[in-house]
Amino acid sequence: MNLTTVRSRARLAGGTHSATSAAPAARTDRSRHERRLGLLLAAPSFVVMVAVTAYPLLYAVVLSLYRYRLTDPAGKEFIGLENYVTVLRDPIWWADVATTAIITLVSVAVELVLGFAFAWVMYKVLRGRSLVRTGILIPYGIVTVVSAFVWRYAFQLDSGFVNQWFGLAEFNWFGGRWSSLFVITLSEIWKTTPFISLLLLAGLVQVPGELLEAATVDGATARQRLQKVILPNMKAAIMVALLFRTLDAWRIFDNPYVMTGGANNTETLSFLAYRQNVSLVNLGAGSAVSVLLFLTVVLIAFVFIKGFRTDLGQMKGQR
Amino acid sequence: MADAHRRRVAAGWLAMAVGAAAVAACGGDADGTPTLTWYINPDNGGQATLASQCSDASGGAFRISTQILPNEADAQREQLVRRLAAKDSSIDLMSLDPPFVAEFANAGYLRPITEDADVAAFTDGVLDAPLETATWDGELVAPPFWANTQLLWYRRSVAEAAGVDPTADTFTWEQLIAAAEGDGKRVGVQGRRYEGYMVWINALVSSAGGTIIDDPAAGADARPAIDAPAGQAAARVVSRLARSSAAPADLATAGEEEARSTFQGPDGAFMVNWPYVYAAAQESVASGAIPQSTFDDIGWARYPRVEADRPSAPPLGGINLAIGNFTEHPQEALAALRCLLSVEAGVQYMVESGNPAARAAVYDDPAVREAYPMAELIRDSIASAAPRPITPYYGDVSQSVQRSWHPARDVDPQRTPADSASFMSKVLAGKRLL
Repeated sequence: MNLTTVRSRARLAGGTHSATSAAPAARTDRSRHERRLGLLLAAPSFVVMVAVTAYPLLYAVVLSLYRYRLTDPAGKEFIGLENYVTVLRDPIWWADVATTAIITLVSVAVELVLGFAFAWVMYKVLRGRSLVRTGILIPYGIVTVVSAFVWRYAFQLDSGFVNQWFGLAEFNWFGGRWSSLFVITLSEIWKTTPFISLLLLAGLVQVPGELLEAATVDGATARQRLQKVILPNMKAAIMVALLFRTLDAWRIFDNPYVMTGGANNTETLSFLAYRQNVSLVNLGAGSAVSVLLFLTVVLIAFVFIKGFRTDLGQMKGQR
Repeated sequence: MADAHRRRVAAGWLAMAVGAAAVAACGGDADGTPTLTWYINPDNGGQATLASQCSDASGGAFRISTQILPNEADAQREQLVRRLAAKDSSIDLMSLDPPFVAEFANAGYLRPITEDADVAAFTDGVLDAPLETATWDGELVAPPFWANTQLLWYRRSVAEAAGVDPTADTFTWEQLIAAAEGDGKRVGVQGRRYEGYMVWINALVSSAGGTIIDDPAAGADARPAIDAPAGQAAARVVSRLARSSAAPADLATAGEEEARSTFQGPDGAFMVNWPYVYAAAQESVASGAIPQSTFDDIGWARYPRVEADRPSAPPLGGINLAIGNFTEHPQEALAALRCLLSVEAGVQYMVESGNPAARAAVYDDPAVREAYPMAELIRDSIASAAPRPITPYYGDVSQSVQRSWHPARDVDPQRTPADSASFMSKVLAGKRLL
């Protein structure tokens, strides 16, 4: 058997999968009943979801069209899209976009590689498997604010041990932009790599063993097996991992809030929205920032789903 | 089976109804005594003690329960604004940082004190600077509960070695920085991008005879005044220190505690900070963090001058008390204020919690004199302190200054005051984000 047959087998496997999902076309009474029951059971949570997400979302859009400060209700005034113009022409918005993008790109790229390595270890390890898996997952179990404080104290000048370990004497990590971003990103990577490795592990166990065996028998090198068999079969898992993590990283708030308070040009978009809405109670401009942030999130999700052209149905584990 | 199910459902509803009734009953006790809720800033328990004493003293007219706000002044304001904007009637009394009084009063969140007898009782004998922060639009809205100020703290050994006298009337920032440089020591200040940095900048500008904005009561129409000789003089001090060898390594991230840690450390020479550092240094000795000799080396003086021929204007802090405008018990809340703002309460709070009183008379009390050898200096410093701009848009003013002046080492006396003035005007006009 050569690599071509491996691929045709893979296609075959995919074929079986689509055949099973096409089968319920001829529905029985029972399946129709189950479907109705399913919708009925889901309806209450759906209604709650709409109430708690759609309403505030629409209200934010409405608020963003006003000049409105919570502490100055008399000054509320309809100004159309002016808030959006102000935000989009403001250097602070663009600086925050750049900061957020830097943190997102670096952390997600590093996490993907590290996460894959961890997933591989969790997959392959035979002895003490649960210990290894638990060990890798611990950082993800820590509350983000707590982890942010831990990292801040570690790098802080008066209480931190990092400078002592590396002989950095009086280097103030949170005194400059790049060193602050370094610590923020490092903490983000430490905290969420386990999450990405968990998703990748789910993809890894779905790679059919017989394909790998066949490839090995055919004499494929480890690199070929990775590139031609494992990664293509994990495409859906990788996409889900990347999408979740990118959206998560894009909304990063805790680390900059705790570590720098946004000083030294380390403010992110969520932080900007928080400051406008919560601390300045400038609900008009703040809602405009929130709506724009929401649009960037939609854009990222759209690009991912289009770019990967992946059928998420494959993630249902029907293989 | 179906019966059991129905019973469980009924029990669930009953539990919810009881819960709702319990919540509704929060406003008072079973015996009809109204309970006032006092939102307090965190302290060492002094406010809670006063609350229970005043409850007892009321003879059953009311009871005061306390709710603790977050640690940081900004976070305290956020929580109070959110609740008051929603017309929360549970806020009967609140401890309020003076810079936020104007914003709250302008938004109609505070209940003015109108009875002449009360106004007199709450303001007689109160030092001038704190009193300035207590009124809005000609009405008393938040009488001072206690007041605070920063002093210059110095190490006697360092000053002696440098041959300077920090207690001299004309001691300036320039002399201070030069003395620290000469001895290879450090100066503790608040340089992080937060309210404490604004406190420093405001004190420097005021000490140089200027203000940060003109006509602050005009709200969003107020004109920045920081781009003037006084603003430039302040920027010269900030930039001089930030670029000198006397700047601590963590200047860009230093708050009150970091400055204290520098000052108590081996490189400590000078520090501007609130009086709590004195009690804190005593605690450091008790816990073994610093030797008694370091504590004995600590001296204090009035806030340094920017210009030798002009007296300094030290920072003003503290807490004012206000009655929430949506309270259901305005009369009881007023009665509670009469108790909480008495001279006796001021003495007790200063001695037990280490927070200086707003009334001059408190400083003459022997108990206060004993606990604070520098009591007289604190009183004089508060009396001549300069409040931060009293404007409903204080948050915008303060944050635009902090943003333009941070980090301190990038401050340029020619450029920074002008930059912050133009940024502030745009922010106030809604043309720039903050």
